[in-house]
Amino acid sequence: MTDKLSNAQIAWRAAQDIADGAYVNLGIGFPEMVAKFQPPGRQAIFHTENGILNFGEAPPEGEEDWDLINAGKKAVTLKPGAAFFHHADSFAMVRGGHLDVAILGAYQVAETGDLANWSTGPKGVPAVGGAMDLVHGAKRVAVITEHVTKDGKPKLLDRCTLPLTGVACVTRVYTSLAVLDIEGGRFILREKLPALTFDALQALTGAALHVSGNVADLHVPEL
Amino acid sequence: MDKTIPSLAEAVAGIDDGATVMIGGFGGSGAPIELIHALIDRYRTTGHPAGLTVVNNNAGNGHIGLAALIEAGMVRKLICSFPRSADPVVFTELYLAGKIELELVPQGTLAERIRAAGAGIPAFYTPTGFGTDLAIGKPVAVFDGRSYVQERWLKADVALVKAETADTHGNLTYRAAARNFGPLMCAAATRAIVQASRIVPAGGIDPEAVITPGIFVHSVVLVADPAQEEVLNRRKANYFEEVQG
Repeated sequence: MTDKLSNAQIAWRAAQDIADGAYVNLGIGFPEMVAKFQPPGRQAIFHTENGILNFGEAPPEGEEDWDLINAGKKAVTLKPGAAFFHHADSFAMVRGGHLDVAILGAYQVAETGDLANWSTGPKGVPAVGGAMDLVHGAKRVAVITEHVTKDGKPKLLDRCTLPLTGVACVTRVYTSLAVLDIEGGRFILREKLPALTFDALQALTGAALHVSGNVADLHVPEL
Repeated sequence: MDKTIPSLAEAVAGIDDGATVMIGGFGGSGAPIELIHALIDRYRTTGHPAGLTVVNNNAGNGHIGLAALIEAGMVRKLICSFPRSADPVVFTELYLAGKIELELVPQGTLAERIRAAGAGIPAFYTPTGFGTDLAIGKPVAVFDGRSYVQERWLKADVALVKAETADTHGNLTYRAAARNFGPLMCAAATRAIVQASRIVPAGGIDPEAVITPGIFVHSVVLVADPAQEEVLNRRKANYFEEVQG
């Protein structure tokens, strides 16, 4: 048994909860991996903020069309049924409640559902992009993240200390150790790695963990 | 009616010092490189226009297009959502030295502020940014139990936009995801100046296929084989070296 899930395994677990035909926005970077792990027989339609629905994987190197990119400015391809639209329509899809799921990265998540994922503080050039828009409007806003920071500090907290992206917006968190829902201002533990005790998980979490019903074993294939 | 302008130099001739200029594009897709370079050419010859406020999603890359406009010293203030990219060295250095002003706007709010200006809506409420540092000082109101931030329209004197096909009436189509901010910026600017890869007579674009109706467009100039910003940057193109030879 591994000590914790790899990024690919966290992405795999998040992908299992995406229904066939769901409209999905994946945040730039780590969340983009979720697209690779859709279960057989299911096909989500991916949205990118710069104006494409139903884009596909990157083209082979040398075959890029640089007018056909995603929000991370990487070259993509189109799937049958794709559509282009301008930026105001794109964010109408985001804020207007039309996306089924947004899956985002996080620096910190609070038990209130507050998310911090755009700024680590006042140093350097600030940049926000679509982060603050994406946390509002999707029917489900999920976060995928390491359970603790590189130096072992909790990322799941009672209150975020970094600048907020949005207030009370996250409903589910997939970490390297567990799956948790946020309900009524509390983290509800749904799944955890079988080798990890509740107390050990609590010690790595900066907010109280609650149990409501069964806590399942978090099983993910080797990837 | 013919909105065609014979040259890039004439297309950008009327842009004044201190103007607010919207520039289409998201990263390299849709960046009107030739219009921007024509504007820099004019500044290097005449010293005008200077002190511009530029609206774009990003802050430019490398030493071409928007980055070159900033590097030339023509930009006083940038209004954008994401001034960090692969190679934003020009903006980064000026910003950290306190030599250029930045108004950071969430991307969807930026789009909607531009759309609202074109639609004659002076302000609107959005959930985006509520409770964050980017909403400080803005009015907040509760609708149906949820809090929203008031944001204002964003108008411009000029928009510089890259289209695929234009007709002589200014009706436009775009190429792939290069559309992005183009239709919004055309409507939000007092003067929308468009470079198009193809200009056709009125009737040359199927009305069903028009993306930006010509009423929002004031000038069209032909750039038959336009440069693509990402392609230029991948071969390390530099406006200043190429112009000076």
